[in-house]
Amino acid sequence: MDFLLEPWPWFIGGPLIALSLFLYFYFGQNFGASTNFETLCTMAGAGKVSDYFKKDWKQRDFALLFVMGLIIGGFISAYFLVPNPAIDLNPTTVEELTDIGFSNVGETYFPAEIFSDDVVFSLKGFLILILSGVLIGFGTRYAGGCTSGHAITGLSSLQLPSLLAVIGFFIGGIIATWFIIPILF
Amino acid sequence: MKNIKFLLLGIFFAIVLSKSQAISWYRFYEMFKFQSFHMYGIIGGAVVISAIIMQLFKSGKIKDINGNKIVPKPKKKGVISTIFGGTLFGLGWGISGACAAPVFVILGFKFLPALIILIGALIGAFLYGLIAKKLPN
Repeated sequence: MDFLLEPWPWFIGGPLIALSLFLYFYFGQNFGASTNFETLCTMAGAGKVSDYFKKDWKQRDFALLFVMGLIIGGFISAYFLVPNPAIDLNPTTVEELTDIGFSNVGETYFPAEIFSDDVVFSLKGFLILILSGVLIGFGTRYAGGCTSGHAITGLSSLQLPSLLAVIGFFIGGIIATWFIIPILF
Repeated sequence: MKNIKFLLLGIFFAIVLSKSQAISWYRFYEMFKFQSFHMYGIIGGAVVISAIIMQLFKSGKIKDINGNKIVPKPKKKGVISTIFGGTLFGLGWGISGACAAPVFVILGFKFLPALIILIGALIGAFLYGLIAKKLPN
């Protein structure tokens, strides 16, 4: 039981992600997550506006079940499996974030400055969340994948486009954390 | 209901991401600031082991549940689309700490903020679909 409640180190998490990829392929499908954004658009009726979304979403019922599993698994984890949500951060990280105005850095998984209901109802907080989401949805579809599809599936199957995409992920992530976050907060 | 296994796999994957803290905003922040090994260990470890698995798929030593050869779909080619699209995604990921699978998992932890990110992502995917044909690859 202790193992289930303690945080898992990288050398447990990494192999179990690889196991998830293996099972996804073994079950006969291509591992990835961001195509679901398109599928959900199709289900919401986007096909009426653009032919791009005129697809048969029922062919992706397996992926929608996977997404439902992710949501259920998230609730199970949040309520039962993470009794101690503190993150063991580098002291430099804590100091840096505290300096730009973050409080209780690393005490939970998500900073209240971005992930609290109060913030959602402020204009700035709402815009940060929704615009990040737009970049995630647009960027993953334009690049043809996300961390699962490109960084893990694509790199491990030695596909050149995935290497380029991952370089892009880091260009964006570095700009965001080194330059945009300090401006926003 | 033969696809129920994907539901169970989703639950498993969500628990793995949650327990290894690979959904935490702080973990991605420190990754992009090169201040911790944790996420590099997780992603790097997953890639190395997956690469071995991919070789077993490629050689045909492991077939899927229906006995078919497993061939990962080739990724779409295009230097501009992958680098520029990747950069846009990286910006959203770096700011919100959410990527495509974790955003669904985070709903369980921080429902409303994650829902806003998810709605944003659907708007983003929709905008992409509208202009996909006009964009350079």
